[in-house]
Amino acid sequence: MSTLPGYRRTAEGVDPPYDHGAYTSTHKRAPRHSPIRIAHTLSEITGPRLGAELVSATDADLTHFAGGEALGERIVVTGRVLDEDERPVSNALVEIWQANSAGRYAHDVDQHDAPLDPHFSGVGRVATGADGVYRFATIKPAAYPWKNHFNAWRPQHIHFSLFGPGFATRLITQMYFPGDPLLKIDPIYLSVPDPAARERLVCAFDIEATVPERALGYRFDIVLRGRGATPLERDLGGDAR
Amino acid sequence: MTRGVTPSQTIGPFFHRALLHEGWNDLAARGAAGERVAIEGRVLDGDGAPVTDAMIEVWQANVAGRYDRPEDLQENKPLDPNFHGFGRTATGPDGSFRLRTVKPGPVPGSGDAPQAPHINVSIFARGLLKRLVTRIYFPAEPLNETDPLLTALPTDRRATLIARVADAGAAERVLHFEIVLQGDNETVFLDV
Repeated sequence: MSTLPGYRRTAEGVDPPYDHGAYTSTHKRAPRHSPIRIAHTLSEITGPRLGAELVSATDADLTHFAGGEALGERIVVTGRVLDEDERPVSNALVEIWQANSAGRYAHDVDQHDAPLDPHFSGVGRVATGADGVYRFATIKPAAYPWKNHFNAWRPQHIHFSLFGPGFATRLITQMYFPGDPLLKIDPIYLSVPDPAARERLVCAFDIEATVPERALGYRFDIVLRGRGATPLERDLGGDAR
Repeated sequence: MTRGVTPSQTIGPFFHRALLHEGWNDLAARGAAGERVAIEGRVLDGDGAPVTDAMIEVWQANVAGRYDRPEDLQENKPLDPNFHGFGRTATGPDGSFRLRTVKPGPVPGSGDAPQAPHINVSIFARGLLKRLVTRIYFPAEPLNETDPLLTALPTDRRATLIARVADAGAAERVLHFEIVLQGDNETVFLDV
């Protein structure tokens, strides 16, 4: 029996540590023991595959909701979901959520004193095409205060949730906007140790993605872990392909 | 040319409307084959306080021990058209969660060693800059004694991965699985 190899280990400095002192919520939630590294088995190589069957035509357009137009600056966000070898991740579900143009989430827990927009849900989903491309239209989210420390503000961001091919490639992340002055002081953005990796969380303005008379375009590619270069050692006890 | 991997960031506290969907906490709803099991649990922080804003995802093999993916090449085991193996839920105000599924069959691990039946778990929450990964194993399972992961763990930590029988009298089996993020009895987490 043969099987696909596992996934590559992410380079040091790309993913944040669990214990990141500047982000207060990590203090009681970060494990004290280091997670135990395990070799990839079928449990990690395989993973849920959710795609276009979950997405309806309107899910990729957040600019109107409940019979009206959302307030704020319309934008288009587009890019490709790829692996490290630039292989597209096709027909894959991308789930997004964000604050509105006043910096408020349509969520019971968000008590920030900024107006809700009855015509903005802040929730969307799309599936990638065969080439790994996704695209959605939304409203540019605003910065908002949070209680991490005195005068703490989150930079403008959109949350992304993605499934790659395996359980090991699952990713939840946040996309930021170029030139945001809050990036220099945001504990969550700065939790990524490697500055080059951190910059991969910032989208780029793209005139090609910009819709004339309608919306500025931003490009954001998402790169998931690639397949290991060598088959797993004696995986499944057989001659690996 | 290779590209650098996109870093992980926290799910934050505001994910519910985007990510939770009706029925995603019941993997067995569509007539899957196998023994029904409810898994109830809590997520606790380093003070023992409930984590009220965690998202829990599970991924598992079917009753025959086969994953519903083409990468699983065990053609000697049947797929179940009514079971896909993925579930998602969130903790409530008391830190509790509940999933319903079927008990998976054993799947092979590295080498020839069979792995004991298990459910793969991801935990996302505010304050977790990347997900935590763990596994739920089943109590009184003979294969636990030879499972490559369980047997590699120190005895005192191994028990954190094995669910407890919560309600022996229930019509469907109910198991309890506590996820302790930090401190005494900290759950074993995995770097996958």
